[in-house]
Amino acid sequence: MKRETFNVKRDYARSACGAVLLLAAVLCWPVMPVYAQYADQTKKTLSPPQDVRAFDTPSDGGGSVTLVWSPAPYDSAATRYQILLREGTVSDPMAMTVVAEFPANQHYVREFKWPWWTKPAAGDQHQFTLRSGKGVELKNGTVYSITVAAVLSDDRGVAQPLTVTPQPNWMNWNQINNLFLALLFGSIVFYAIRTARKREIFLRRIPGLDAVDEAIGRATELGKPILYLTGAHDMSDPSTIAAAVILGRVAKRTAAYETDLLVPHRDPITMAVCQEITKQAYLEAGKPDLFKEDANFFITSDQFSYTAAVDGIMLRKKPAANFFMGAYFAEALLLTETGASTGAIQIAGTDSDHQLPFFVTTCDYTLIGEELYAASAYLSREPVQVGTLRGQDIGKALILGVLAAGTVLATLGVMLDAPWPQLFLDLFKDVK
Amino acid sequence: MIILRRQVPLLITLITGLVFAAQYYVPHPASEQMLTSVTKWLQIIGGFALVLGVSSLFHVHAVKIRRKEAGWGYSFVLYVSMLGTIAVGLWSNGKEAVDGTMTAFGWIYNFMMVPLQGTMFAILAFFIASAAYRSFRARSREAAVLLIAAVIVMMGRVPLGEYLIPISGDLSQWILNVLNASVRRAILIGVSLGTVALSIKIIFGMERSYLGGGKE
Repeated sequence: MKRETFNVKRDYARSACGAVLLLAAVLCWPVMPVYAQYADQTKKTLSPPQDVRAFDTPSDGGGSVTLVWSPAPYDSAATRYQILLREGTVSDPMAMTVVAEFPANQHYVREFKWPWWTKPAAGDQHQFTLRSGKGVELKNGTVYSITVAAVLSDDRGVAQPLTVTPQPNWMNWNQINNLFLALLFGSIVFYAIRTARKREIFLRRIPGLDAVDEAIGRATELGKPILYLTGAHDMSDPSTIAAAVILGRVAKRTAAYETDLLVPHRDPITMAVCQEITKQAYLEAGKPDLFKEDANFFITSDQFSYTAAVDGIMLRKKPAANFFMGAYFAEALLLTETGASTGAIQIAGTDSDHQLPFFVTTCDYTLIGEELYAASAYLSREPVQVGTLRGQDIGKALILGVLAAGTVLATLGVMLDAPWPQLFLDLFKDVK
Repeated sequence: MIILRRQVPLLITLITGLVFAAQYYVPHPASEQMLTSVTKWLQIIGGFALVLGVSSLFHVHAVKIRRKEAGWGYSFVLYVSMLGTIAVGLWSNGKEAVDGTMTAFGWIYNFMMVPLQGTMFAILAFFIASAAYRSFRARSREAAVLLIAAVIVMMGRVPLGEYLIPISGDLSQWILNVLNASVRRAILIGVSLGTVALSIKIIFGMERSYLGGGKE
């Protein structure tokens, strides 16, 4: 009896289980295809990157190729792109080597600092520039097969390999705006020189240069020499050339006043050039007999040895006027403070902006930055020199205008979220 | 003769000036190679020019010693130390160390040159203090502005200053990043234009005083 009851109960339980399973199956029926679809999707390989283009990187010295492709829906930090490369023509991507790998949400055209006139595609496209180095060697003139693959976990979608040949280029089109601005400024300078030849141009007073005569006069009265330094750089630096040009004007006046001139040098070539300049200045002043070959002399190229030697000259010979023209570094204050302690009139002129505070605090007069380059025009008053100065002023006015316009355009670009202001900003970006 | 002294150098300046201005825009390896070669030429010329410099140095100090001018003893010390260093340098084959052992030349450099250079550099700290004292006495409006700005920046750059005056850190950053940076950039723009203008004058032969002056 008990056994019979147990069997009946078991049949009921079996039937109930079956009914529940059937009900569950009926209820789940609409959901099942979704699960099936999802499973199918994860198993399917990633679609390969689309619209892939490979080309020699433009405006470079060779040894580099660039790939551009469209963004994909799967672009995220989890997905990765691989760059595959192989020398020669290859159709099977499996035969290629992975040379670079990065998250799929990186390397967009907009991240590259190329100006708009050389951008290879729209900003939202992917771009990768492969260069020689770090285990990759791209030889100029050699054909390479290159492609890009998208990778997510074990799935991989590889685009069709493309052939590309790296080549060196003869023109850097990324810097064409720089060339344009240089030519524009050059034209302005020539125009200003032509104008200066026709009519007189006003030059504002530069107290530091007005003081040159005063300093030389004082040295003459006291019967003491004048010390002139041409800076730390060699003749390849424009500030040294400017210092040498001013030396010519100063030497002409020291010759006229029959005052001794001392020019210690750090560079032998600068010394040789300055010797010629000084000699010519004495000739022009009509005092060739007063010219001393050893007025210009070499000390050493070592920064602090030179400083110690010049400080020694200042303390022993006590020059009445010290001129510090050209480029200077840490030695600036060591020189000028020693000069100040001897009571000499000190006139400095430098484009080393990091040393300007030291010169301003220790010298009587300081030619700041461009005034060093203006000195030649100011002292000579020749139309060519003065015209160049006017050209510089027009250039500065132009730059000020561009700065103001650029500020407005950049602000508008942010406010309107518009790309067009960038076209103008790119054009004026590379001024150096 | 005037052609050799003036026209030829001006022609060389014009050609090389234009070629190397163009070189900036040409990324081709041939252009880079040309620049490298010319840089090497410059180094070679510099090496020869050093002979000029050293002979000038010897000449100036020889005259001082011969005439027994004031301070001629220093010139004598210069002669002895220079000839001594050259002799030791030749003896050590110009090497500062051989198999990890310092040579006499290395000893001169490390225990004489380096401490002397360090001493000169160290004097800078005292010179900065004395120059700052003279400049920051607030005798004029400009000096007063300089003094106030300097005090704020100094306070903002040291932990104790920022602890005592918390706002000095932000103020110091503002002075450096806004006032200082903008003025510095203005100076640099002027310097850049001056450099370009001077280069144009030199390349096209309008500025020739570096050749020895004269207008002919």
